[in-house]
Amino acid sequence: MKSNGSKGVRVGVYICHCGTNIAGTVDVKALTEYGATLPGVVVSRDYKYICSDPGQELIKEDIREHQLNRVVVASCSPLLHEQTFRSAVAKAGLNPFYCHMVNIREHDSWVHEDRDEATEKAKDLVRAAVRRIVFHDALERKRVPIHPDVMIVGGGIAGIHAALTLANSGKHVYLVEREATIGGHMAKFDKTFPTLDCAACILTPKMTAVKSHPNITLWTLSEVAQVDGYVGNFKVTVKRKPRYIYEDLCVGCMECIEACVYKQAKYPDEFNLGLGKRKPIYIPFPQAVPQVPVIDRETCIEFKTGRCKKTCVEVCGERNAIDFRQEESTETVEVGTIILATGFQVFDARRIPYYGYGVYPGVYTALEVERLVNAAGPTGGEIVLRDGRKPKAIGIVHCVGSRDEHTNRYCSRVCCMYSLKLAHLIKEKTDAEVYSFYIDIRAPGKAFEEFYNRVAEEGTNFIRGKVADVFPDPNGNGRLILEAEHTLLGMVQKIPVDMVVLSVGLEAQPDAQEVRRLFNISCSTEGFFLERHPKLAPVNTFADGIFLAGCCQGPKDIPDTVAQAGAAAAEALALIDAKFVELEPNTAYIVEEACSGCHVCVGMCPFTAIHFDAEKKLAVLNEALCKGCGTCVAACPSGAAQQNLFGDEQLFAEVEGVLV
Amino acid sequence: MNNGFSPSIVGFFCNWCTYLATDLAGTSRMKYAPNVRVVRTMCSGRVDPQMVLWAFRHGADGVLIGGCHPGDCHYQEGNYKTLRRTIMLRKMLAQFGIEPERLRLEWISAAEGGRLRDVMNEFTEQIRRLGPLPEKVEKREAVAA
Repeated sequence: MKSNGSKGVRVGVYICHCGTNIAGTVDVKALTEYGATLPGVVVSRDYKYICSDPGQELIKEDIREHQLNRVVVASCSPLLHEQTFRSAVAKAGLNPFYCHMVNIREHDSWVHEDRDEATEKAKDLVRAAVRRIVFHDALERKRVPIHPDVMIVGGGIAGIHAALTLANSGKHVYLVEREATIGGHMAKFDKTFPTLDCAACILTPKMTAVKSHPNITLWTLSEVAQVDGYVGNFKVTVKRKPRYIYEDLCVGCMECIEACVYKQAKYPDEFNLGLGKRKPIYIPFPQAVPQVPVIDRETCIEFKTGRCKKTCVEVCGERNAIDFRQEESTETVEVGTIILATGFQVFDARRIPYYGYGVYPGVYTALEVERLVNAAGPTGGEIVLRDGRKPKAIGIVHCVGSRDEHTNRYCSRVCCMYSLKLAHLIKEKTDAEVYSFYIDIRAPGKAFEEFYNRVAEEGTNFIRGKVADVFPDPNGNGRLILEAEHTLLGMVQKIPVDMVVLSVGLEAQPDAQEVRRLFNISCSTEGFFLERHPKLAPVNTFADGIFLAGCCQGPKDIPDTVAQAGAAAAEALALIDAKFVELEPNTAYIVEEACSGCHVCVGMCPFTAIHFDAEKKLAVLNEALCKGCGTCVAACPSGAAQQNLFGDEQLFAEVEGVLV
Repeated sequence: MNNGFSPSIVGFFCNWCTYLATDLAGTSRMKYAPNVRVVRTMCSGRVDPQMVLWAFRHGADGVLIGGCHPGDCHYQEGNYKTLRRTIMLRKMLAQFGIEPERLRLEWISAAEGGRLRDVMNEFTEQIRRLGPLPEKVEKREAVAA
């Protein structure tokens, strides 16, 4: 290792108080004095907020006045302010990579209580930075062009809104949807809280706009299979499952559905959550986009036996849109940015056995009730039980799969409000008595509280208590009894009802883990995709160029989803219109004189960025492919593979620095 | 401090997971033992076994490497390389007369602030129980050789 030759190096050390965030725990004066004693340090200062304008000015002035050529800032996480200080340094004429940050807030003052110990730790970290920065080099960021096309994964309201925003600004969008139609969960809702807008009335015009927009390529029945590349230059492979009906040949007359050899719809209809029936050839719902039927190969006689009369093909006639031999295909496209809007799944109520979902036919999930109250639903909007009875009393159970140690600890945010909405709709359509069992009513939105009051005034009975049991009435009248402690009255109540509505919470999609691996992003502990910063980068991910919208990031209502989708579209636009993105120059390189041509690094690189030049007998690194992980550097036995910002000299000096 | 010994520990944390978990533990104001000094690398795969030995030679009583969970590596498979290197290194450490338990590899995702805190505390306690690495210079020099 090269000895610490701090000759010619003039370091400035800046210790941030961050108000009391750091100064409250770390003795910043002692730390600053200590900084001044380190070899190569010319100035050492502390300041209340170094990220502020006067704080940055301090650094700039010192660079000019003291001819500093290295700057160490001990403050917060580099993920927060590294760019701030690098640009401050650059403005004073110094190469930005001569600046290094020490994290004494997140990693020190916020997590330790003992002042002496925290100060000692800060000293060690500052010393390590001063040692490492000696070996920093002037670097240049690589500029790469941004491909203007965008891929949006998921065609719910989030994906639809983001797609339209981008398409309207003239960008080309690939919208990839797994199901046969776009629309997502919102298409299943009847009304939306608190305004009682009809969900279909506000959603379907946007769906049609997607289909007819010249800048949107819509791929339904499709899933992303592979993602390569990096910000600005992603290569995405999409698997397109067969619909068995050609979208470009079909005119949407639906005669084939009519003509199917099944005269009656026979199979449980997925869109209506099994409450209705469909044929093997069907359209998910009347306003589905695209307006093209789909054939389900599990139930279609032609697929099962190969001996169907194929009346559907007959009636399609010359249009020839039906093709039973259609196969899965793949498309590979280049895009510059990606928006993930993959949505959520509802909590599986079977996981709480004492609520009896799937056991007692009178127990429904809220989403099922959405379909029941919907005029286009399986009962034409009439609220009737599975046995045909009309309910005289209905119990709504809040927080099913939310705010519960045994299922999900988080609040799903929308259940209180949609429960109130369902209570209102039930009151409007029936004269049933409605009992709403809640823990707390959470109505923190525009016109939400007012809506709560309105529903209460309409006569819904609110019972503050968690339902402990649902069981059949022993009188054998087919009713169910809800047992709960009414915590405001301080007594246990047993209320007989005909219908139980479980207000199920929102969960991450069952394949969220696979999807996040595909896109190289992270999940929070409850399984939703992790945003870059909860407050300041809520739609960004840790993978540059990949953004989040809607419930894949966490439970939220439609207004928040649409707002987030707009924000994700704006983030994508900002990148596209900048035309170029600057990449962190932390790539690896090969010091030719030191390379023995042993090939070790070649096999190490996961991105095939290194190849062996047989003529020169040396490893050669392609900088454009290198992503800067440094695995080759760790493996090189002769120190020929090195990495900018994380070279051997820098890291060994830093390790030594934290210790002695 | 228990038994009056406060160990020096070097942490090599991946920029995409364990470093972020440490930031998260900070933002969440979780409290843990102050002994680990974190060195950030872009990937746990950057942790050169020599760097670990270098740390022991310069006075570390323990080394903690933090990487992404299997299958989650930001660079596809750097963490697997770290796993293999760690297994090899622990055998080597034993040959040098250094307890292999002084080197620990943990998978901690960006969301696992609580786990980060627990690992920090557990590992510090583990090293405290092992006691200081023998101060004899010859032994340290043997590592470097």
